Amino acid sequence: MSLKEIISKPDLLLRGHSACPGCPSTIALRMALKALGEKTILVIPASCSSVYQGVYPGVSFNVITYNVAFASAAAVASGIKRALTKKGYTDVNVVAWGGDGGLVDIGLATVSGAAERGEDIIVICYDNEAYMNTGIQRSGATPPGAWTTTTWAGKTEIKKPMPFILLDHGVRYVATTSVGYPIDIYNKVKKAASFRGEGLRYIHILAPDPPGWRFDSSLTIELGRLAVETGFWPLWEAEVIGGKIKFRLTPPSTTLIDPSKRVPLERFIEKQGRFRAMKEWHAEKLRQQMELYWELVRAFLSLSSGE
Amino acid sequence: MINSYNFRFSEVYWCSNVPRTIALTGNEAAAWGARLSRVEVIAAYPITPQTQIVEKLSEWIEKGEFNAEFIRVESEHSAMAAVAGASAAGARTFTATSSHGFAYMYEMIAWVAGARLPVVMGVVNRFIGPPWNIWADWMDALSARDLGWIQIWASNNQEVLDSIIQAYKIAENKHVLLPVMVSLEGFVLSHTSEPVQIHDQELVDQFLPEYNPPHYVLNPEVSKPFAFGNILWPWDTVHLRWDMHKAMLNAKDTIKKTVKEYEELFGINHGDLIKEYETDGAEVVIVSMASIAETAENVAAELRKEGKRVGSLKVRFFRPFPSKEIVDVLKDKNKVIVVERDLSIGHDGILAMELRSVLHRYNTEIPVYSVSLGLGGDEILPEQIKKVVNKVI
Repeated sequence: MSLKEIISKPDLLLRGHSACPGCPSTIALRMALKALGEKTILVIPASCSSVYQGVYPGVSFNVITYNVAFASAAAVASGIKRALTKKGYTDVNVVAWGGDGGLVDIGLATVSGAAERGEDIIVICYDNEAYMNTGIQRSGATPPGAWTTTTWAGKTEIKKPMPFILLDHGVRYVATTSVGYPIDIYNKVKKAASFRGEGLRYIHILAPDPPGWRFDSSLTIELGRLAVETGFWPLWEAEVIGGKIKFRLTPPSTTLIDPSKRVPLERFIEKQGRFRAMKEWHAEKLRQQMELYWELVRAFLSLSSGE
Repeated sequence: MINSYNFRFSEVYWCSNVPRTIALTGNEAAAWGARLSRVEVIAAYPITPQTQIVEKLSEWIEKGEFNAEFIRVESEHSAMAAVAGASAAGARTFTATSSHGFAYMYEMIAWVAGARLPVVMGVVNRFIGPPWNIWADWMDALSARDLGWIQIWASNNQEVLDSIIQAYKIAENKHVLLPVMVSLEGFVLSHTSEPVQIHDQELVDQFLPEYNPPHYVLNPEVSKPFAFGNILWPWDTVHLRWDMHKAMLNAKDTIKKTVKEYEELFGINHGDLIKEYETDGAEVVIVSMASIAETAENVAAELRKEGKRVGSLKVRFFRPFPSKEIVDVLKDKNKVIVVERDLSIGHDGILAMELRSVLHRYNTEIPVYSVSLGLGGDEILPEQIKKVVNKVI
């Protein structure tokens, strides 16, 4: 579907929300809601999304929105879906929409439990790589070398490979995407929604965050693209059917398995203030992280090509 | 041989629809309470000594004897989170926990009350460690005293079953809309068999009709979607808390009516907010809750035989606290002894503190003696209570 056609769909994220200029979460949510449609219940753990939707009684989301405690989103979504099923509503998308803090860190067990139980929900993580809502503290999704207000000298550990963790659960559909590619977000959320009735579906959206990553708010899309073009964040999707994994890279990551095709990582790093104090060993750690992510991609690709 | 006999026996017994009295543990009675209430969504996580509640409900659902969604969650936090979601989506929900599980779901316990969801939870009271101690203690449920849950403390297994059915009727009342926890002490009730009457399902249905709330928030058929639980300014938040407080105080009327209606239909009355025993003309009243209240009644009966004017008052509902009701009973008494299975470290017994607070508010200067006994499941013997009474009298 073309961007023009997608844009012409009803906007369920209304004007008047209070997100920061250049906010990646609103870009992602706008596309996701266009794909999900009106028959959607959003379950939102503590996050920027629980703030920028507006202060009661004003709200900028035009779908039913249920705000819940930080670690509880996937479990609350499970309960909602089961109750709706019991009441005979089968055409509703129940979507847990949270940040990396709420889903990758404090809510990981909850997401894992819902995945294992095969709950018929969609979990979407917009990953801005830190606790941005509370003021840029390090999370499990922060990459090495990144400054945060709890890692003044740069984070020392690699980013938790969350989408691969979910893929290991054997859920029906897992995809990564980036705010740099709004159409990709739309398509993958649409695809996830099409598997309704087939268990949990997980989408991980990399969300470059101007205040937290320290870049100008006009560069959100550019950073979202550079993250992918440099190979920092590979885009892929995977379907699990009958114990078999169908894993594929999606454009533009398709060719980037060959490192020579990638844009130099420096182009991504130099645009962000958060990497300013980065040491050489941080950079080495970051390269190791990228290598690990691509190693995982190659492993899953080889599993898929065995068919 | 024995197996086939058991099988036939159970077939007859489960299919029968007439009220019957059989031996049930407190946990089984709790499961029966949920089943008779026709709960639609259950989410629970196992913990000793609550496990048999979830085991029994699972078994019934898997055998097709009972139709409900069971979410076998990965933690107690998620158990309460899942029932929060299900309740908001309009389902009658049930969960049960104990001790560490209760502590682990604490955030969601507060959340459910603030969201005004009529969830009912069985709490099999147990000590919170360390040390590891799986036995009865009231510290788990009492730690949630101020969160906005209605609290029922059952004294026997029949009361466990009846309280759960009553709890839904109270919680779902549109003037209340607060969650209810029904406490039963670990092992003392949970693993002890007593004769329990299982009511006729049709009669329970008459008392507790299908849950079909007009107000549930996540109705996908609403024409205008809205957000629930988003940010609220302090000056609006104050009103929400005040509404909760009013609802809790108003719940007293609903509780009294519910108990009366229950008695008319089932011929059973465990007391409404409180239960009195031989308080008329008593000089000393033993105030307690849960199973201790029954021990206290026995002690009072024995001391009455010795010519001592002793009565017993059971606090059945700890929230809303029966302030006026208690004062009406105690105002002309000489002394009050509070016996309880808890201790607020650094202060006093929790129930004793509550008692002093209401007696003071109603300008009565009756001495209140605080006795914390049986912590961590230590046995509470009638002789111990008798000794205290004899010392005080």
